[in-house]
Amino acid sequence: MAEVLQKNGVSAPRARWKHLDKILTRPGPFTDEDWVPGEDVIEGLSRTKILVIGAGGLGCEILKSLALSGFKDIHVIDMDTIDVSNLNRQFLFRHSDVGQPKATIAAKFVERRVPGVKITPFVGKIQDKDEDYYRQFTMVVCGLDSIEARRWINSTLVDMVDEDDPDSLKPLIDGGTEGFKGQARVILPTMTSCIECQLDMHAPRAAVPLCTLATIPRQPQHCIEWAHIIKWEEERKDVTLDTDDPEHITWLYQKALSRAKEFNIEGVTYSMTQGVVKNIIPAIASTNAIVAASCCNEAFKIATNTNPPLGLPGGNNYMMYSGDDSIYTYTFEHLKKDDCPVCGNVAKKLEVNGDMTLESFLESMAEKPEAQLKKPSIRSEEKTLYYQSPPSLEEQTRPNLKKELSELLENGEEVVVTDPAFQISFKFKLLFK
Amino acid sequence: MIETTPPPLQGPTSKEKKYDRQLRLWAASGQAALEDAHILLVNSGSGVLGVETLKNLVLPGIGNFTILDSSVVSEADLGINFFLEEDSLGGFRAEHTCKLLKELNPDVQGHFIAEPIESFITKEKPLDPYTLILVAAPIDPEILTKITLHAQATQKPVFYFHNVGFYSHFSIYLSHVFPIVDTHPDSATTSDLRLLKPWPGLLEFMTKKTTDLEQMSDHDHGHIPYVLLILYYLEKWKGDHDGKVPRNYKEKIAFRDQVRQGARTHTAEGGEENYDEAIAAVLKSLNPPSASSAVKEVFKSEECKLLAKDSPSFWVVANAISQFYEERGELPLPGSVPDMKAQSADYIQLQNVYKSKAREDFTDVVSRVRRLEDKLGRTVPVADKEIEAFCKNADHIKLICGRPFHIARAGEKVRWNERAKVAASMLENRESLIHLYIAFLAYDIFTNSHDADALGGAPLAPGEQDLQLDGEKMAGIAYKIVDDLLTEANKFLEGEEYDTVKSRTKQFVEEIVRAGGAELHNIATLSGGLIAQEVIKAVTKQYVPVDNTCMFDGVVSKMEVLRL
Ligand SMILES: [Zn+2]
Repeated sequence: MAEVLQKNGVSAPRARWKHLDKILTRPGPFTDEDWVPGEDVIEGLSRTKILVIGAGGLGCEILKSLALSGFKDIHVIDMDTIDVSNLNRQFLFRHSDVGQPKATIAAKFVERRVPGVKITPFVGKIQDKDEDYYRQFTMVVCGLDSIEARRWINSTLVDMVDEDDPDSLKPLIDGGTEGFKGQARVILPTMTSCIECQLDMHAPRAAVPLCTLATIPRQPQHCIEWAHIIKWEEERKDVTLDTDDPEHITWLYQKALSRAKEFNIEGVTYSMTQGVVKNIIPAIASTNAIVAASCCNEAFKIATNTNPPLGLPGGNNYMMYSGDDSIYTYTFEHLKKDDCPVCGNVAKKLEVNGDMTLESFLESMAEKPEAQLKKPSIRSEEKTLYYQSPPSLEEQTRPNLKKELSELLENGEEVVVTDPAFQISFKFKLLFK
Repeated sequence: MIETTPPPLQGPTSKEKKYDRQLRLWAASGQAALEDAHILLVNSGSGVLGVETLKNLVLPGIGNFTILDSSVVSEADLGINFFLEEDSLGGFRAEHTCKLLKELNPDVQGHFIAEPIESFITKEKPLDPYTLILVAAPIDPEILTKITLHAQATQKPVFYFHNVGFYSHFSIYLSHVFPIVDTHPDSATTSDLRLLKPWPGLLEFMTKKTTDLEQMSDHDHGHIPYVLLILYYLEKWKGDHDGKVPRNYKEKIAFRDQVRQGARTHTAEGGEENYDEAIAAVLKSLNPPSASSAVKEVFKSEECKLLAKDSPSFWVVANAISQFYEERGELPLPGSVPDMKAQSADYIQLQNVYKSKAREDFTDVVSRVRRLEDKLGRTVPVADKEIEAFCKNADHIKLICGRPFHIARAGEKVRWNERAKVAASMLENRESLIHLYIAFLAYDIFTNSHDADALGGAPLAPGEQDLQLDGEKMAGIAYKIVDDLLTEANKFLEGEEYDTVKSRTKQFVEEIVRAGGAELHNIATLSGGLIAQEVIKAVTKQYVPVDNTCMFDGVVSKMEVLRL
């Protein structure tokens, strides 16, 4: 037995991988005619270097599933530390791990449980790494809860593609969940629809107007947002709000509660306060398992050709899952957009009122489902219209904010909108109504 | 009245902290139900799917689980099962998977029985301690029959599942009738405002708030809740139309234009938000308050009509509400009001108008329930809370009539009974996964008639040894199931149509045989997520469970629910 354990190479007996090898060494009715199962496939799989972004609910599942699918060289990035509310689904962590970095603990656990797999953790942000780092991987699997991070890695991988070098194309497999719902998708950067092309599938929730919060609250959530956005600024301006600090949440809760009393609004609770302020998305083990495993199934098919994966040009690339009312999936092809700011080459046409101020135009960028930019800067081909930084440029361009678009631009002129959170340039062709 | 004393702070308990992300989905009541459950896993074969399912139940805090599995941990187990380690080799799989699963959540009690199912099942009432049973294929059809008969007799949910290669399947038998009150409908579809059938209190409030509408200041005019605006214009419309409300699409459009004309456009914002909301709501909220067909189905069912002393409380309440519906032509008012542009005080008052009507309806239903209880001689009254929940969600309750799933045996025809016609018509759908379901039925027949050592020991999976021969046998079995189904459904397929059905079935069969009984970890994890989710629904009686079979095809990444 010990002999078997020491040798994980292809030539060693693979009693342990009996199940996997059935699939790796036999053709099936859907495999390509030219596909040769056997040693080359097994070796190719064990040499595949794969990056996992996120070691949370999805990440724990992804690491486990990849390790038991024959991947041997796995890297994982996560900047977070373990919180007690993670323990209901992030099964690589125990109570004694609370406060430790997720990436390190998760990597160690899976390495211990599945001998022969190497998992290299990095505790930090994806933005800390450059193209040279990402170039070493065959593919990237994402299990994130942040749209910003997804957009960042997506544009990085698109920018890395060099048409003359097939190795520069890194398939991106992305999973996401919310309660009983989720999705898994495969992106071949520059070849098929990218995360940015699909951004309007994840439209941000409409924000409650500030005047409602300030003057006419009707819902318990309005009272909480009032405490969060208005009251904190008024009374504790010098303290940075930490949504993980129970004292801060309690303060907001009590402010919200007394405002609710004043307006006879029922329903403010501590848990709701936490939910609104931290924008908590419900999360359960089962949905994470479904979505993460679907991602890993696609990664496995891409790495081995044991069956056709999602994401091939002209084929389905997106599986939408919904499990609250029976079970339902919709698997379809999301089409690439020519005017995608990341992978397209055409400016997006946008109809605007010429008398709109530049300031309100920029504010609208935050709510636009296909843009969702919080700190946009803008320039035309001719001139810089408004820049958020450096401060000197901001000051110089600030007066433009009050000007109307028609004063600054010709009808049909192209503008470029950027945001420091992404390396994306949004090209818009502005048509005045 | 404003209280002067500050409210006591109720921060979350440590349990609430740990389960925060799931309590937001099924609340404390769902959590309590989970904690009362005891799940039995009857494990067999390579056994990963069952263990992955348990993982997703241990994490959210199921009360108890028991693994029944007599296998000994082999080298191959370590390559697919995450809840085994080097030290487990040679030990009982039930014991070691149980131990490592328990590590996930100290609040969960885990047990194991390393005895063969064949002897376990012959004991005195062996299944009684469990509230829900999970059965992994392959299993002796006689034993599966015993388990499902027990489940039917005790109204216990039972799940039966397969996981082979890129495919999986599970079927659920939820008990003969399985009602769900707390279905968590999409909030966008739930508001029931009774605009076409307003009660006097609501009309009175509308009249009070819309007096001199035309003369109001822009501020007041722009803050009338849209519900009242619609009611106001409806009264006007009725005055011009013989007291009739807009009945068809054309009339609704005309009515909408009338509302639109009432909006002021000279305001600073160039319009009025409350009018925009009213205009947007016209088409979807001008519907008579009739009960959905699903609810009428509940009212019509025997259990509802023929109450007995020991009927489950659901049916007593359902009967009371059906009386209410028959008399009034409407269900009890749920009483919730969506958010809308309004002054705080007006909105709260409007909420109260709806709430007090809902309260009135609820009180009426309670007294009906109490009368029924008296008549039936029931001693334990149905809790007010249960009646209230029913009233609030009356139009979204769901009744699932459980159907025992197929138990395929070698040498016996698979019977589809009243589902034969539906199943046969699914065969013609080239996207349907019914063909995969048939391939799994063939799998059961194959394993039922082949064992690994030809001595009546462990079943042999197709493709485990002879790919070619087993492929042919499996295809033969599957084709026969197809033919028998077509005969039973009195359906004739020929030529290209018939060939297409066969070739699609054959592809699934070939892919299954290719796996030779092997489980892929990814597919086990995914399907373990699906099954655990359905267990949670069955245990908490919240959300809507699968009725009754779910297929997953990991080659094309699609799922399909079949009602068989
Ligand atoms: Zn794109």
